[in-house]
Amino acid sequence: MRQRQRDTDRTDEPEQKGKRRRSLNVEASVITYVFLALFLMLIAYFIYFMAFKSEDFINNPANPRVKGFEKLVVRGEIQASDGTVLARTVTRNGKEVREYPKGREYAHVVGFNSNGMSGIESDKSFYMLRSHAFILERVMNDLKDQKNPGDNMVTSLDTKLQDAAYNGMGSYKGAAVAIDCETGGILAMVSKPDFDPNTVESNWKSLSSSEDSALLNRATQGLYPPGSTFKIITALSYLKNGGKLTDTFDCKGSYTQDGYTIHCYGGEVHGNQTFKQAFGNSCNVAFSQVGLSLPKGALKSTAQEFYFNKRIPADFSNVNKSQFTLKSSDNQAMVMQTAIGQGNTLVTPLHMALICEALCNDGVLKTPYVVDHIVNDGGSLVRRHSGSGQRICTESEAHTVRSLMRYVVTNGTGRVVNSSAYTAYGKTGTAEFSSNKNEAHSWFVGFAKKGDKKIAVAVIMEGAGAGSSHAAPLARKLFETYLR
Amino acid sequence: MIHLITEVSRLTFIIIFAIYTYDCFAALRVERRGDDSTRLYGRQKAMTYLFLVNGNLLLFLNTEEPKIFIMMLAEIIFVVIAMIIYNKIYESASRAVVNNMCMLLSIGFIMLTRLNQAKALRQLLFACVALIITCFIPLFIGNVKLIKGLKLFYIVAGILLLGIVAVAGGTTYGAKINISVGGIAIQPSEFVKILMVLFIACMLYKDTSRKQVFTTVILCCILILILAYSRDLGNAMIFFLTMLVMVYATTQKPVYLLGGAGLFAVAALVGYAAFAHVRTRVIAWKDPLSVVDGAGYQISQSLFAIGSGGWFGTGLYQGMPKRIPVVETDFIFSAISEELGGLFALCLIFICIANFLMFFNIALTIKNRFYKIIAIGLGALYASQVFTTLGGVTKFIPSTGVTLPLISYGGSSLMATMLMFAMIEGLYQYRGEKEEIYETETTRYRQNR
Repeated sequence: MRQRQRDTDRTDEPEQKGKRRRSLNVEASVITYVFLALFLMLIAYFIYFMAFKSEDFINNPANPRVKGFEKLVVRGEIQASDGTVLARTVTRNGKEVREYPKGREYAHVVGFNSNGMSGIESDKSFYMLRSHAFILERVMNDLKDQKNPGDNMVTSLDTKLQDAAYNGMGSYKGAAVAIDCETGGILAMVSKPDFDPNTVESNWKSLSSSEDSALLNRATQGLYPPGSTFKIITALSYLKNGGKLTDTFDCKGSYTQDGYTIHCYGGEVHGNQTFKQAFGNSCNVAFSQVGLSLPKGALKSTAQEFYFNKRIPADFSNVNKSQFTLKSSDNQAMVMQTAIGQGNTLVTPLHMALICEALCNDGVLKTPYVVDHIVNDGGSLVRRHSGSGQRICTESEAHTVRSLMRYVVTNGTGRVVNSSAYTAYGKTGTAEFSSNKNEAHSWFVGFAKKGDKKIAVAVIMEGAGAGSSHAAPLARKLFETYLR
Repeated sequence: MIHLITEVSRLTFIIIFAIYTYDCFAALRVERRGDDSTRLYGRQKAMTYLFLVNGNLLLFLNTEEPKIFIMMLAEIIFVVIAMIIYNKIYESASRAVVNNMCMLLSIGFIMLTRLNQAKALRQLLFACVALIITCFIPLFIGNVKLIKGLKLFYIVAGILLLGIVAVAGGTTYGAKINISVGGIAIQPSEFVKILMVLFIACMLYKDTSRKQVFTTVILCCILILILAYSRDLGNAMIFFLTMLVMVYATTQKPVYLLGGAGLFAVAALVGYAAFAHVRTRVIAWKDPLSVVDGAGYQISQSLFAIGSGGWFGTGLYQGMPKRIPVVETDFIFSAISEELGGLFALCLIFICIANFLMFFNIALTIKNRFYKIIAIGLGALYASQVFTTLGGVTKFIPSTGVTLPLISYGGSSLMATMLMFAMIEGLYQYRGEKEEIYETETTRYRQNR
């Protein structure tokens, strides 16, 4: 091409110092195309930004515009899946105020809209201040200089399940999360201690400085030692690295390595048992040995495949990263502790529920969300949440671990959730969080199904003691409520 | 009621500009076929007037200040005069170039009036002065001897002007870019750009020996280094790209293009390692929200505006473009995208593309080598400036703070861009002419087939 150009141009061109020169048209074309390519990339990026990235910026609390919409639009409602109003705007003494009919029960998940924002109030602020009301209604409102009604957020929250979780937590601090395994929709989310979102403004001083951080959503932000619930991850790692369910372990009640001794809970001696039985009994001795038998770094890589040390995908904000810090340079004591869920590992209740959700889904983690769809003031659909998910372990790995979790419910520490009304799977946990061995968080994580209905839960009650005695009964109540 | 009209006009703005943009590319295609495109250009003119009327009507409804109508009248008269100059007086001038110039200026007028009426008024005055001064350019551009004779003046004046700014200039947003003369802030780099294009054309249109190329590059690099020293990184980049393109075009050796790209990469890495202010900008580019209260403030505000506006915009006066720092100059694109919509902004990018395509198209049709090189240089200058500013405000590339030609507020920028457009119009008139003038200097000349 270039050569031909040179030949054809030759006759047109003047010569200089005996050397033929061709016109600059090839160069001009090259330059044109290079710039054109740059601009087309810019356009592609601009369209990509508008279509996919702009929401991150629109919804950012630092964006001053969202507040500006309040001049034109009445902020929409937040509703439970059955239409129960969880938040609405009412006019009192000529002033618009936000009202939360369900108060404390939904305080963390719904959030508040004064002194800053939280929960759905913060995440979906922009959408509640958009109006997709019927066009004629909007024209009429414009003509009368009245505000348009904002769109309503319909959540996946199940009022009966939320009631059960909220009441079941009683006066314990902690959190309970329930997720629809099929969709990733949050069915219930409770965090205690709670607060009254209706009076955030007047109680701001005491709320924001309270020692038990009532404003914190423990379900998504609380970082807890996972205790024995972490044995799910240890077991997965063991199976990935050649371990078998039929491998045998001998438990004498304690196990000492490098001068550090691990005891089984309550001083129990499990004796000779298979790996499956060890999981069912939540045997610390067997799992310490499992931890030591794993190749260096294996447990960490399994944990990271399950989103430890990573940002968990979620359609809502303020989700803390879980932490797994075991290094290959750590001593054997730390390896043993980490394998049984003590050590320095920290996890959010939401994260544990999601691990169960993925195992229930044959290894596919469905991205959790709480706002299922958006409707206009007349109830017509504006947009629906589109689910997404990714595989985090193989189907056969999920099946094997499921069989272990089933064994916990039928024969092990989680028998309290066993019922003929549904098929349940789970793992209890008793997480020590201080040097006082008598103080421990009570954990239960698991899932249950009946027909097409599948639910994953994570329950933690701070300082309540054994998982089987406090958290598991609440999980049973949640299963019964949802799978009736 | 006003809100309703604003809502409706969101669509009319987009429709008017979309028709205009379509005609712009349709005209390019029609002219390539050699057909008549007068009808398309006529409709473009109508769209420009319609846009001014639509825009000012909304401005009036929202401000209720009668002087908006005086502004509108002045803006329309301005466009009419510009059309007369480049359609009637210079009969063979490119209609596409003058149409686009007027449309972009009109968008600037409307947006500036919405943002800051005093600045809009001044911008209109600048535009009038610039139109009067630059309308003589097409006359002078034929005087090749004069243009070539000032070779030394271009580079000496360029170095001196930029040098004075580097030493005594006022600092805005960390960069020294302007100097105050009798109370008017002048931004010399805007004019030095054009001087550099003329200088390179003078140096390399005939002699592209290695020695000549290196002399040219070193002298231009002095300009670029002064800009970098003044922390005017955006202009440094524009100067560099323009120089690179011109050296490649004149030497016809792709190796210069590749070598220049390598040099750019090295300079960028050294800059990143050596200067904290370069690192800050890169961080603000990678994740602006993480430093939203500091270095990322400006770009975050820009993206809040563009994002919140959506494809159809909020409508004039319905957004918050004033939250963006220096929105009237460097970030005016974000304000346009917020209030007039992402689709409008997209059309705007297309018009800018059409402009540089036209510049290069004119370069292709010019037979005279010296003029051809100037046209290529001006095209490269315009394209790199638009790319630097649009890429910067949309976070496609790190933001460097450069004006959007003809739309951003600023006398120097406006004057320099209108100078460029007038030069292109002038060169366009000479497109058919052969190289008589410089042929007298060469040994042999063959008649064109």
